[in-house]
Amino acid sequence: MGNQFKNYNLPDERGHFEKFGGKFVPESLIPALEELEQYYTEAKQDESFQDKLNYLLKHYSGRETALYFASQISEELGFNIWLKREDLNHTGAHKINNALGQILLARRMGKKRIIAETGAGQHGVATATVAALFGLECIVYMGEEDIRRQKLNVFRMNLLGAEVRPVSSGSMTLKDATNEAIRDWVTNVESTYYLIGSTVGPHPYPMLVRDFQSVIGAEAKTQFTNQSGHNLPDRLVACIGGGSNAMGLFYPFINNDVKIVGVEAAGKGLESGEHAATLTKGSFGVLHGAASTLLQNDDGQVTLPHSISAGLDYPGIGPEHSYLNESGRVQYFSATDQEALDAFQWLSEKEGILPALESAHALAYLRQNNNGIESDENVIVCLSGRGDKDVHTVAEALGIKL
Amino acid sequence: MNRIKKLFCEPKEKLIPFFTAGYPKLDSTIKLVCAAADAGADMVEIGIPFSDPQADGPVIQASSQQALDNGMTLNIIFEQIIEIRKKTDVPIALMGYYNPILKMGHETFLNNCVSSGVDGLILPDLPLEEAVPFCELAKEKGISPILLVAPNTPDNRIKNISKLAGDLIYAVSILGITGNDLASKDALSEYLNRVRENSITPFVVGFGIGSREDVIWFNEHSDGAVVGSAIIKNMSSDSNPVQPVKTFIQKLKGTV
Repeated sequence: MGNQFKNYNLPDERGHFEKFGGKFVPESLIPALEELEQYYTEAKQDESFQDKLNYLLKHYSGRETALYFASQISEELGFNIWLKREDLNHTGAHKINNALGQILLARRMGKKRIIAETGAGQHGVATATVAALFGLECIVYMGEEDIRRQKLNVFRMNLLGAEVRPVSSGSMTLKDATNEAIRDWVTNVESTYYLIGSTVGPHPYPMLVRDFQSVIGAEAKTQFTNQSGHNLPDRLVACIGGGSNAMGLFYPFINNDVKIVGVEAAGKGLESGEHAATLTKGSFGVLHGAASTLLQNDDGQVTLPHSISAGLDYPGIGPEHSYLNESGRVQYFSATDQEALDAFQWLSEKEGILPALESAHALAYLRQNNNGIESDENVIVCLSGRGDKDVHTVAEALGIKL
Repeated sequence: MNRIKKLFCEPKEKLIPFFTAGYPKLDSTIKLVCAAADAGADMVEIGIPFSDPQADGPVIQASSQQALDNGMTLNIIFEQIIEIRKKTDVPIALMGYYNPILKMGHETFLNNCVSSGVDGLILPDLPLEEAVPFCELAKEKGISPILLVAPNTPDNRIKNISKLAGDLIYAVSILGITGNDLASKDALSEYLNRVRENSITPFVVGFGIGSREDVIWFNEHSDGAVVGSAIIKNMSSDSNPVQPVKTFIQKLKGTV
């Protein structure tokens, strides 16, 4: 690990992680981003804001989430696996951490209308939940293809009082839902708060989503020390779509001597052309307001990703991950649909936990031969969400009719 | 002096139609731009199709997707502009999202602009904060970067944007995307007066403009009117778009 991480202090004032990040948005959003940054800076220093957030995290979402030593799979693989149980959060995934933080910001800014994009529906559900909690109007943009794949989450959002707007442009998935949310925001910027679900988008979003998710790593750090008797784990592992659960786990350890691994979705295989392995196969580009790494063709058109997990089915990645990859601080691996499916069943059978298909990618890495994990290492894996939402997808993949 | 700079020295009504390159057919743009120039267009804006056009409404989005399906690329656009330049001297601005330009590389992209005869560039997702290196290089090569301002852009920022642009800026008429409805005339004229007072360059207005009355009104309150969605709406892929577009532009110019 290089010395540059001893005093890690990115993004810079312009929202850049060196060449990544920034604000590549239509002019009308610039004042809104500046306003958001100003409110966020003030909120960070305001104790009553932090108290409110901590209260909700504890009493509404049920934090802290457990750090569970998974003894069965540890024994099988010959190293110690600790699962950070974000699946135990209210609404079933880490997404609520960020949604609670941002809804308090939206209230502080006096915004009455909340918009969000969603892929798998987990962020949409988290946003609909916190909007219901505070009685705010909520509109969630979701691709038609994802609506088809995730009917259950669409109905959950409806029950929570949110309007789910189908997006029929482009690939009809998360990328296009994000485009549509940005178009809504450009149009209604004065009344509307855009509650982004991952460490993506223009500055300050990648920073503030990371900060709100950092509760994952901060808790895990203390819990690990208390429970293991060791000072620090040897390795952290998390799956990456946009990268918010990963940044949340990694960030509090960034200047520690800990190996860090992100796992992308290799879909049907890295050479198949049908994957979402942005850092492994993508190149430098600008999408959804930030410079980062993209799946794109030679003409700079964004290409369609594929993953069995709707939450990883995204052609971009958060700018900070692009930076951590280029600087070598974090190593990025990938796992295929099949490996994720296998890991899904493996954890269910061995530990009695159904992981989200997203999180199953991180688990799949543990079982790969070339992962570099030495025996007796202590590895913390972010179990970012629970797998109940994925049982239809898994059944279909296994050829079982429910 | 490039064609845009020259045009905006002339105190006359200006109409700037927009065409998505490669729409409705891959080779339509050459004919459409020449027809527009014949019909009295003072400058044309040619859109580079992009997979994720965030500032565009449904009409231009659909045309952009169709153009990509037709096989349109930046290289083909430059080849077509070379053909256009054999026939007309109308000022041409390319409108495009930043990623395809970044992928080609600033230097290569701008050299292609120079050699094919492009005069200006409109990049809706490259705001002041990120635009400086690209704009400086463009100006060095004699291409006008046409930066955008919006109704919520503060006075001082309008000034700074126009300074970086140098020759011309583009005032987005509304908070919104292309093809949206216009705000009230009172709010609009207050905003455009503010742009007039703070910009050191001439400025054109676009988004939601689609009639002869609009063109007259916006020319009274700015230095030119851009018409996009209303023109694209007039085309369909199954018939020859040239004559209807020509007639529509003549209507907008008030010559029929």
